[in-house]
Amino acid sequence: MGHPENKKQTLYDKLWEDHLVKSRDDGTALIYIDRHLIHEVTSPQAFEGLRLAGRKPWRTDSVVATPDHNVPSDAAERAGGIAGIQDEVSRIQVQTLDENCKDFGIVEFGINDPGQGIVHVIGPETGATLPGMTVVCGDSHTSTHGALGALAHGIGTSEVEHVMATQCLIQKKMKNMLVRVDGELGPGVTAKDVVLAIIGKIGTAGGTGYAIEFGGSAIRSMSMEGRMTICNMAIEAGARAGMVAVDDITLEYVKGKPYAPKGEQWDKAVENWSRLHSDDGAHFDEIVELKAEEIEPQVSWGTSPEMVVPVSAVVPSPADESDATKKAGIERALEYMGLTAGQKITDINLDRVFIGSCTNSRIEDLRAAAAVAKGHKKADSVKQVLVVPGSQSVKAQAEKEGLDKVFIEAGFEWREPSCSMCLAMNADKLGAGEHCASTSNRNFEGRQGYGGRTHLVSPSMAAAAAIAGHFVDVREMQKRTAVSGGEK
Amino acid sequence: MKAFTKHKGVAAPMDRANVDTDLIIPKQFLKSIKRSGFGPNLFDELRYLDEGQPGQDHSKRPVNPDFPLNHPRYQGASVLLARKNFGCGSSREHAPWALDDHGFRAIIAPSFADIFFNNCFKNGLLPIVLEEEIVEQLFQEMYADEGYELEIDLEAQVVIKPNGETHGFEVDEFRKHCLLNGLDDIGLTLEDADDIRAYEAKRREQAPWLFDAVK
Repeated sequence: MGHPENKKQTLYDKLWEDHLVKSRDDGTALIYIDRHLIHEVTSPQAFEGLRLAGRKPWRTDSVVATPDHNVPSDAAERAGGIAGIQDEVSRIQVQTLDENCKDFGIVEFGINDPGQGIVHVIGPETGATLPGMTVVCGDSHTSTHGALGALAHGIGTSEVEHVMATQCLIQKKMKNMLVRVDGELGPGVTAKDVVLAIIGKIGTAGGTGYAIEFGGSAIRSMSMEGRMTICNMAIEAGARAGMVAVDDITLEYVKGKPYAPKGEQWDKAVENWSRLHSDDGAHFDEIVELKAEEIEPQVSWGTSPEMVVPVSAVVPSPADESDATKKAGIERALEYMGLTAGQKITDINLDRVFIGSCTNSRIEDLRAAAAVAKGHKKADSVKQVLVVPGSQSVKAQAEKEGLDKVFIEAGFEWREPSCSMCLAMNADKLGAGEHCASTSNRNFEGRQGYGGRTHLVSPSMAAAAAIAGHFVDVREMQKRTAVSGGEK
Repeated sequence: MKAFTKHKGVAAPMDRANVDTDLIIPKQFLKSIKRSGFGPNLFDELRYLDEGQPGQDHSKRPVNPDFPLNHPRYQGASVLLARKNFGCGSSREHAPWALDDHGFRAIIAPSFADIFFNNCFKNGLLPIVLEEEIVEQLFQEMYADEGYELEIDLEAQVVIKPNGETHGFEVDEFRKHCLLNGLDDIGLTLEDADDIRAYEAKRREQAPWLFDAVK
């Protein structure tokens, strides 16, 4: 930082510098953590570690907990609270979180608390996560919170314990990457399609070692929900942290949230947050550019999020790949997915549809899915369409708007807030060989159930697939509806 | 944490790119509230021919005869040879716990996913990055030579092949120090408690809304 021209900083540089407690001679740094989110899966061993060492949390008011991975989405099972969870190991894990939070004095939004939800949905919606914060959680999708202009990333359980005990992480600074999406997205093209297109372009390891800032006019004009969807999947591009600069859309979103600053503190915070953007001319180690107009609705065909194509395309052929490892990967993915090279994406039939997860379970996602579903019925060949709101608050809002009725009339199931079929830790899962149009984030082998076949799509594409029974270009469907003067 | 200084052991293959943590340890086993016992479920969906459940007697399950880790020649292997982007996906530390519990002490690959890479060091498991061509060569030599052993000297930062040839690797000074001495990094960080408190006091003054909002 010796030369004045080098003072130009990226958003990540600023967030890093703001939280630097100490630089050590060995090249590592102690970084202060403002917000620590906790769920039931990756925390029990950390609490156990604290107990064994006789340590206490450094700052309990920095921690917010909620159970989300193991909680049932079925209303009847859910009504019984923790004791009602039928899967014993799931029940013990949720119970353990509850006990640990009580023992250590940590605020927990319990299983049926009005504040409960997927941890990455409730953070922003309560104001527990704010611009300028460092946010960590034992969950790789913590990158979601970067949408607020925060430095947010997933950590392992040892680091969960480390943050609880010390309020800090030992880190090395990452490199800076800018992903710029300029232009205007076409109708029917959403944040999910943008992030899938980005991952398709740079690959699942493209962002390894980087913090990614998403910028450009298409990102700037996106809602906070859309930005969260984008940052959520930064990890699918290999980057632990994704982020978006603070602007008026951010401030408008944050204002009035229960844990957001109020009155004079709000003014002071806004002043402080106004610098949370990359300076003009700041140095990025890597810049990736996409044109918004060129992005079509995306569908993943394989077993890695980078195996994604536009809905108008066909399943790729291993013969077209020269790299031997990649070729083998495509062959294995085709076999696992039960697909043939050259097959049209729109010819893939679906057995189940999942609308939910920390990627796409916010109110805007549900509105988009409902807009497509309204006045239609799910195809008979589709066994089940799950709609799982991301939080109790999202659920209440959706019900206020009557979205639940739209889904139910379409033959979709309206469920309770949870991670649900994104990773199938509760009872919601795919059977072996079943194809699923899913708004979640990972299409790994077995992710949604043993032998299950996941296709990642946006909420409107998922709803359209549920109605057609196979993938369709949601834009065609929207056009037809407009022409026939049907439901809006 | 257990120390890692020198290790010599049989190498085994995980011969595909982008091995994700769901593949390393499937989600149903993450319901455990313990740190141990994940070894029998390492690569569960590849190792067995049925769907595994927590609490099962895994020794009675049908094993996949085509999966290399089930082959007699790789029994007792402790060095895993892997491909690009090993450990991508979730932050679950259950992945390194499962590898460790199964008996692996080191993983050699051309690249690793960030969170997994970091999690390994917290558990005495050494992830080693070598150039892709070198890894490819190690794969070929291992396939050709039953009982192929690799030796790893962390102090000297080298992988030593059976013929004595060595390949150097990079490792962060701090991580190396912790591994060599089996140090708990929480204890080390707490030595800087005064610095943390001083930072915290300053931050509380500058951004008071970050404190005491959630109670």
